[in-house]
Amino acid sequence: MGNILTRYGDGTVLEMSEEALMEDLQRGSQDAAERGQIDPLTQSELEHLGDIFKCPFRFLSVEPGNEVILTYDAGTLKIRRVGVNVDRIQALQIYEKIMGADTMELNHVDYSYKPVKPIITMEQPILEQALLVTHIPLFYGAQPNLGLYSQPDGPFPNPGELMPMGKIKEAQQSYEASVAHLVADIVSAASAMYASGADGINLDTTGAAGDADFLAALLATEKLKTKYPDMCIQMGMAGEFVLGMHSELTYKGERLAGMYPHQQVKMAEAAGATIFGPVINTNTNESAPWNLARTVTYTKACGEVAKIPIHANMGMGVGGVTVNDHPPMDIVSRSSKAIVEICRLDGL
Amino acid sequence: MGDPFAMAITHAHASGMGGMRGAGDLVARVQMARGMRIEQAKAYVAEKLKVTVSDLTDPVIMGEVRQDLNLGIMSPQPGCAKGIEAKFNIAQILDININCVNRFERRTTIG
Repeated sequence: MGNILTRYGDGTVLEMSEEALMEDLQRGSQDAAERGQIDPLTQSELEHLGDIFKCPFRFLSVEPGNEVILTYDAGTLKIRRVGVNVDRIQALQIYEKIMGADTMELNHVDYSYKPVKPIITMEQPILEQALLVTHIPLFYGAQPNLGLYSQPDGPFPNPGELMPMGKIKEAQQSYEASVAHLVADIVSAASAMYASGADGINLDTTGAAGDADFLAALLATEKLKTKYPDMCIQMGMAGEFVLGMHSELTYKGERLAGMYPHQQVKMAEAAGATIFGPVINTNTNESAPWNLARTVTYTKACGEVAKIPIHANMGMGVGGVTVNDHPPMDIVSRSSKAIVEICRLDGL
Repeated sequence: MGDPFAMAITHAHASGMGGMRGAGDLVARVQMARGMRIEQAKAYVAEKLKVTVSDLTDPVIMGEVRQDLNLGIMSPQPGCAKGIEAKFNIAQILDININCVNRFERRTTIG
């Protein structure tokens, strides 16, 4: 067997021997198993991943019958980001009719619930018009983004400044006050978009600012589901591990700091989320096989315990996908195939 | 992040259901409305459309099924249901609530 062409986590090309490939797969899986205290991949699963990387073709896919649903974050923004000058309804139609999208998401360029709230009446008519001319389910999405609630961007003292001064209690109080405001903003904006006909609400990059950010998303989900029992809420995470920025926050008696995907999904379920999106971050210093084995190990554990549909995040820099604005399709397609085939997934 | 060719198009080809080319939007709707996991959602849609699960991603079969049932098709023909019209039919055939369909009914004289 000759050398295998693959890549590092940053996308640069890497040549590996078969022995090194299998060693990286094993190391990646073991890393996830140790951190998450979950089972590593079995020998046959590692061999399946090995076969995927050894295959010389530039593009791989799942076998017919194993296809899953695709949902999107920052949906319409991705068309503007590449400089294609169409409006958002046209962007939705491009995804629906040209890119084979199963669902799509309308969003604002300032992709957080706080900035969206004051302009929500400008967002509603766009969605209302889009819903008349499209067919696929449309989410409205934004990020919780708790960081926007502390100074200088928001009203509360900055925990990042308080903590180095030893003001731990004050920092925790700031996080707690921010949570209440973020919950109110999410509920307000999501309610308005649901009233305008949205098929679902996406809470994207949940937990980016740590455990308080995650708590706000859970509490907002709970409130929205109480208000609209039929509302579909997708909760996508920011990372594989909930950072303990506050460190003592709990939900339903469980400490949020330090939770991994198989624990995060149980919180999302308890809050009433319809779909959960686990995220595993890519390490640019390690190989693509190491990253993918690690991703599959975490995601498999999450899918096995989940009672709600799981849509793994497979965008740039997560899910074994390389950190580069133009991820190579050899890695993206291998990651797509591997995670669907080995984990019990419902979508990406 | 990541350009649409690398992300959306690659995933759609590697593991997606093809959206309206197949029954991806319909399976998604059932998953969203009923919280069904993928195998259950596919089986539910296949039964409602009277096709097999493997037909759901076949663009030739699903093109005909969608046209016959007026569920919206990729290349709209004169007279076929489009947009909200098709979603009325989707809600009825799949026996699910579609938020914008209910809203349309409430806001017009048909409600």
